[in-house]
Amino acid sequence: MNKCMERLYNGLIKENPTFVLMLGMCPTLAVTTSAINGIGMGLSTTVVLILSNMLISMLRKIIPDSVRMPAFIVVVASFVTIVQFLLQGFLPGLYDSLGLYIPLIVVNCIILGRAESYASKNPVLPSIFDGIGMGLGFTVGLTSIGIVRELIGSGKIFGLQVLPDSYEPVTIFILAPGAFFVLACLTALQNKIKNKMVQKGDPSSEKIGCGTDCSSCGRKNICGSDTINNA
Amino acid sequence: MKELLLIAVSSAFVNNVVLSRFLGICPFLGVSKNVKTAAGMGSAVVFVITISSLITGVIYRFLLVPTGFEYLQTIVFILVIAALVQFVEMFLKKLMPPLYNALGVYLPLITTNCAVLGVALTNVQKSYTILQGTVNGAATALGFLVSIVLMAGIREKTEYNDIPESFRGTPIVLVTAGLMAIAFFGFSGLI
Repeated sequence: MNKCMERLYNGLIKENPTFVLMLGMCPTLAVTTSAINGIGMGLSTTVVLILSNMLISMLRKIIPDSVRMPAFIVVVASFVTIVQFLLQGFLPGLYDSLGLYIPLIVVNCIILGRAESYASKNPVLPSIFDGIGMGLGFTVGLTSIGIVRELIGSGKIFGLQVLPDSYEPVTIFILAPGAFFVLACLTALQNKIKNKMVQKGDPSSEKIGCGTDCSSCGRKNICGSDTINNA
Repeated sequence: MKELLLIAVSSAFVNNVVLSRFLGICPFLGVSKNVKTAAGMGSAVVFVITISSLITGVIYRFLLVPTGFEYLQTIVFILVIAALVQFVEMFLKKLMPPLYNALGVYLPLITTNCAVLGVALTNVQKSYTILQGTVNGAATALGFLVSIVLMAGIREKTEYNDIPESFRGTPIVLVTAGLMAIAFFGFSGLI
C-alpha cells in the first residue's frame, strides 16, 4: 500500500507532468481557456491513463519487446476512442468545447511515456496508482492554468463572476497568445525556484524541470530531442 | 479553385497550426534552436503531412466509410501515420540519399507530432474531399514551416540578448511565441 501512496505523491507533486516534467504541452496550451475545460481534459486524460497503464501492465510479459510501441499505441488509441464516445454521449457540451483535442489524447506524450517508463515494468496495482497520480497531477496543472486565464481573461472562475463589473477583462488571456504568456510566467517561476535550490546546493534540484536540456533527462529515448541536439 | 485557395490561406496563416491551434508545440519549442535544423524539421513535416493527409483521406473514403467502421478512425489513422513514416524513411534512404541525409534524423520524431494526426482528423471533421484534404494538409504544414523558421531566426538573435535570469531558456521562447501569435492575428482580416 505504501508504494501506491508514493506513486500518488510522485505524480501530483514530485514529477508533476505539467509543472515539473512539462509534458503534454499541446492540450495544456489549447484547452485551458477556462477552468472547466481544464478539468474536463485532465479527467479524460486521467481515465485513459489509468486504463492503459492497467492493461499494459497486465500484458507486459506477453507483448514482445520489438513491437511494444505499436502495441502501446493500439491500446491507448482504443481507450481514447471509448472515452470519446462516452463524452459524446453523456457530456455533449464538454465534447464540443474540447473538440479535436480528445482524439489527440493518443499522441499525448504523458500516456506513452508512463506506459514505456513505468507500466511496462511494474505490477498492475502500482501501475494503476501511477496512472491516478500522474493523471491527477495533469488535471491540477490544467485546472490551475485554466483558473488563471479565465480570471484575467473574463473575470470569472468556473463560469461564476468573481471580479466586480468595473473590471475590464483582458481578453487576450483567453485567446491563443495568452496561453503562451501564462505558461512562460509559470516556467520562469519554476526556473527561479530551481536556481535558488541550486544556490543552496540541493543536489536533487538538478533533476527538476525539463526546460530544453535533454542530455541529462531519463526520458530522452521517448522524447527524442537529444538526437537533434547532437545532430 | 477559389475554395481551395481559401482553405490553403486559412490553414497556413489565419488558423496557424502552431500559433493558434497549438498542434506540434513540442518540435516547435525543441527543434527551433537554429534556422538550418528548423528548416529541416519543417520540410520533413511538410513532406509527411501532405502524404499522410492524402493517404488517410483515401483510406477513410474507400475503406472505413463503405464498411461502416468510421469510429475506428483514431486507431487506424495513428497506425497508418506510424507505418507511413517508417516507409517514407526506408524509401528515401534507398532512392533519394541526399534528401534522406537532409531530413532523415527528423522523420522518427514526426510520428508523435500531433499536427499530423490533427490534420487527418480535421479533414474528416470538416468532411473535406480528398483533394481539399491534401491541400489543407500541405497548407497546414507550410504554416508550420513558416512559424518554426521564423521562431528559429528570432531565437538565434535573442541568444545574445540580456535576458532576466529566470526567463532564460524555455520561458523567453514562450514569450516570443506569444508575441508571434499576436502578430499572426493580423492575418485574420484576410478572410
